[in-house]
Amino acid sequence: MRSGVIAKKLGMTRLFLEDGKQVPVTVLQLDNLQVVAQRTAEKDGYTAVQLGTGTAKAKRTTAAMRGHFATAKVEPKRKIAEFRVTPDCLIGVGEEITADHYFAGQFVDVAGTSIGKGFAGAMKRHNFGGLRASHGVSVSHRSHGSTGQCQDPGKVFKGKKMAGHLGAVRTTTQNLQVVRTDSDRGLIMIKGAVPGSKGGWVTVKDAVKKPLPGTVIMPAALRSAAAAAWFADDSDPDRGSHAPLRRDAVPRPS
Amino acid sequence: MNLIAQIEAEQIAALGKTIPDFKAGDTVRVGYKVTEGTRSRVQAYEGVCIARKGGATIAASFTVRKISFGEGVERVFPLYSTNIDSIEVVRRGRVRRAKLYYLRARRGKSARIAEDTAYKAKAE
Repeated sequence: MRSGVIAKKLGMTRLFLEDGKQVPVTVLQLDNLQVVAQRTAEKDGYTAVQLGTGTAKAKRTTAAMRGHFATAKVEPKRKIAEFRVTPDCLIGVGEEITADHYFAGQFVDVAGTSIGKGFAGAMKRHNFGGLRASHGVSVSHRSHGSTGQCQDPGKVFKGKKMAGHLGAVRTTTQNLQVVRTDSDRGLIMIKGAVPGSKGGWVTVKDAVKKPLPGTVIMPAALRSAAAAAWFADDSDPDRGSHAPLRRDAVPRPS
Repeated sequence: MNLIAQIEAEQIAALGKTIPDFKAGDTVRVGYKVTEGTRSRVQAYEGVCIARKGGATIAASFTVRKISFGEGVERVFPLYSTNIDSIEVVRRGRVRRAKLYYLRARRGKSARIAEDTAYKAKAE
């Protein structure tokens, strides 16, 4: 099991394909996604990587978190999340993950905080049918109707679907297909909608309900690996257009 | 320009379509690719453009209305669809609205649109 990524939802658009098809896509962006810490079995009892993304102002970061980022030698991050991985998929602290982590056609699960709808009625919240438009119904066309039986049991059962707060909870959408990736700008285009509003953070993982394709990059698509491959490849005449240099991520000589 | 608008602008450029200058009130002939089984051909649909929507986004579309066998027919085409083979302006109309939905309630003589004889192409 390899790490997922944290991404920012930029919004939705559509792609026109050659065969006349239109594909609705959500555009996600990876913004300075780096490994901030590792969790190991010896120390923590489980293995995971802690990723951080975005940029936060140092003066608005708490002293504790500044220390945490300083230990990892990374810039202060806006958003942090942990991803459980198998021990062979641990990634070194400070490594940057690129959008090549996923490839077009792959299935992913995307989790995020859904848009809050406030206090919503039973029709919107639970897809109830409401009451009739006529035949004596007055005022309560959108009400939920009966909530139970009579004197026996004499109460409304717990968990009865009623009006209440809707949205603003963590939601996962499973089996979304990656349509296109752009590692230069760190973009991942995913077919269909993902939870949350524009500018919100989502986590993307390999789909749990589909077999993992053998072509995925293990343990992760790292910028350092891409840069190393680029330096090793002397035959590439068009070095200027290559991904690693675009974001001035020339690997530091170790 | 935000990144979404930039991606859309890039895709519009990559599609490389030449969209003629037309607006609501103009009569247009749209060549639309139709696939029947394995064979594909171009079907012409001619009528009055009664609305353009979506501005400079890739989701832009236009509505073409015509009277077919005495029955009003409207078709909405995505402007940048790869199924559109060609868009040809047949006649320039002079109208004072951006959306000509009032034509739906009219027939015959009152549903005519005056020709814009003094039409000037937009300076590029």
